[in-house]
Amino acid sequence: MRSADRPLSPHLQIYRWQLTSVLSILHRAAGLVLSAGAILLVWWLVAAASGPDAYDGVADFLGSRLGLSLLFGWTLSLFYHLCNGIRHLVWDTAHGLDLKSTYIGGWLVVGATGVLTLIAWIAGISSWAS
Amino acid sequence: MRSPLGRAVGLGSAKEGVEHWWLQRITAVALVPLSLWFVTAIIRLVGADVDTVGDWVGRPLPAILLVLLLIATFWHAALGLQVVIEDYVHAELTKLGLVIIVRLACFALAVAGIFAVLSMAVGMSS
Repeated sequence: MRSADRPLSPHLQIYRWQLTSVLSILHRAAGLVLSAGAILLVWWLVAAASGPDAYDGVADFLGSRLGLSLLFGWTLSLFYHLCNGIRHLVWDTAHGLDLKSTYIGGWLVVGATGVLTLIAWIAGISSWAS
Repeated sequence: MRSPLGRAVGLGSAKEGVEHWWLQRITAVALVPLSLWFVTAIIRLVGADVDTVGDWVGRPLPAILLVLLLIATFWHAALGLQVVIEDYVHAELTKLGLVIIVRLACFALAVAGIFAVLSMAVGMSS
């Protein structure tokens, strides 16, 4: 039997979305965003080590509309992957694996991600203004 | 039917995996404080010029924490990206090629970042 003929699960056309699976997919998506963001971190460090011209180029890019959007996506992904990663570490100790706990933990992660991202950007903007 | 000893010494069809899983957890635990520290530190550097950034990076504690952050980040990223590739890419050669590229890229980026931090720490940046 060719593997392509086998039915694939889940059937995404009729799949009922739920918090737990969405958060699981987002964890992976955030990890991919952070991997790309890590390239930005190295670029920033190498530019800072290279001198004013290189550094101003990075700073201008990060301060542009595109750069700020990328930074916002990076912050959101970081806090989400961090909070949900802690949720995963708790699961690794065999705690909180029942249905009710996975939902409570899931909503806690969503709330914490929003709050931490908001705090970081308020602090960042006030640091910029000062 | 397999004896308990047979099950214990057998490594299954994958032959390995425990070390991958374990290292992903160790780097994850390290990244909790390191990434929180990095975000709070970087917020204070918003809008700073190159000299301010260079002075800050070059101080012992930020330099050490940045090197640790780079190692943990790219190690964790290499392990995580490998899992993503293995989940979605099923052609053996493509999968192998992508895993190799990801490993080498993560290693190269970590080395570049660490070198940049160290050059600012010893004041050899221009």
